[in-house]
Amino acid sequence: MSALAEEIRRVLRDHARLPVDVDSLDDQADLFRAGMSSHASVNVMLALEDAFDIEFPDSMLKRSVFESVAGIDAAVQELQKRAA
Amino acid sequence: MSIAVDRDAAFVAAVRKIADEVAAAHADEVDRDARFPREAVDALRAAGALSAQVPEELGGGGVSVPGIASACFELGRRCSATAMVFAMHQIQVGTIVRHLDGAPGFETYLRGLSEEQRLIASVTSEIGTGGDMGRSIAAVTPTDGPLLELEKRAPTVSYGAHCDDLFTTARRSPEAEAGDQVLVLSRADQTELEPAGTWDTIGMRGTCSPGFIVRAKFAPEQVLAAPFSTVMNESLVPLSHIFWSFVWLGIATDAFERGRSFVRAAARRNPGEPVPAAHGLSRVMSELTMLRAEVQSALREFVEASDEPGRERLATMGSVLRFNNLKLAASEQAPRVCMGVLEVIGIVGYKNDSPFGVGRHLRDSLSARLMVANERIHSVDAGLLMIAKEI
Repeated sequence: MSALAEEIRRVLRDHARLPVDVDSLDDQADLFRAGMSSHASVNVMLALEDAFDIEFPDSMLKRSVFESVAGIDAAVQELQKRAA
Repeated sequence: MSIAVDRDAAFVAAVRKIADEVAAAHADEVDRDARFPREAVDALRAAGALSAQVPEELGGGGVSVPGIASACFELGRRCSATAMVFAMHQIQVGTIVRHLDGAPGFETYLRGLSEEQRLIASVTSEIGTGGDMGRSIAAVTPTDGPLLELEKRAPTVSYGAHCDDLFTTARRSPEAEAGDQVLVLSRADQTELEPAGTWDTIGMRGTCSPGFIVRAKFAPEQVLAAPFSTVMNESLVPLSHIFWSFVWLGIATDAFERGRSFVRAAARRNPGEPVPAAHGLSRVMSELTMLRAEVQSALREFVEASDEPGRERLATMGSVLRFNNLKLAASEQAPRVCMGVLEVIGIVGYKNDSPFGVGRHLRDSLSARLMVANERIHSVDAGLLMIAKEI
């Protein structure tokens, strides 16, 4: 697992309030279906911004971006690339 | 384009006629007796208005969302209950129409709806979820046979006893998390409604919205295939807030018209004399104008965002905030207008049996902030505001 995916999973463990262990879900698994509420997803977004020192633009603030580890991974990479 | 505009205009004119001639005639009685506005709904049926939003190729009227919104407004001016029944039905129809992909069963359903002018009620709220439509306790559950079933305790089901079909939210399966929902369309003859409560309210009395325990048995193809979160963001929530707001705008506009009639009558009695109430009316007009501006701009933004490929904008938090704000603003502004008019008219406006009475308008408009409680929407928005960038 990449360091990035590792860190995303740490944020999810701390903030997504999933009823299951995040490590039992694969990168493509739907986090909302796994029980992440929209309220918890906002805390996940805030924590991700903090952890990676990024800001999600409004165009990225939608369910499809945050519904899986893979989706978050792609979004964070995209923003890091833009910042570089 | 001009054909579509003409089609919308003809539809709105037909609904306005029904509003003026049928809904208005029974509005006081519907309110007093808390009874279903059957004359107006029958007239809407006879005019094909219940399938107005269904595409023409499926037998419907092919009317646009702005056309439906205008119809909600026209009905709202004459009978809030008729208008709200019509609006709620159109929310369900519009939602199905916008999410037909991969749901051939629903195309067949819409043809039948158009032919038979079927009326759809919705069962979204549930006892135990704290008013959160995004969560369900009820679950779609397998039976021994090919059918599925669900049981849901609903605190209110508007016109549940008068509908032909019910659109119900429930968890996808008994194992699914609370937020993992689907929409189920069941016919009234597949659905048992056990009464669980009354509907003796201060307003919106004719919507006949008591609680029920809803038990439905249905085929798998009666579950809408599109993901519920997509359906919520792209259609169910914005259409609800838009159509409701046009009803509230209609109520407030009629209250204002009554205020204006009162002031004009006063001016005619004493030509040349100042009419103090006219100043108050001028203030109310600016309140009404703000309401109208908010409602119309939200409709315009929805139409624009719906026309974009993939409706990407409707999936963003900014969009959720936008259409939540429409509901908050319109639901608080409409009773403010009605209250302002009451103060302009004075005691005559307080009388139920006066042509200038606005008591019904005020009472009906007060439901706006409670149907999906504004406090709940504020708490959702408070969370989104932490992260959304452009407001």
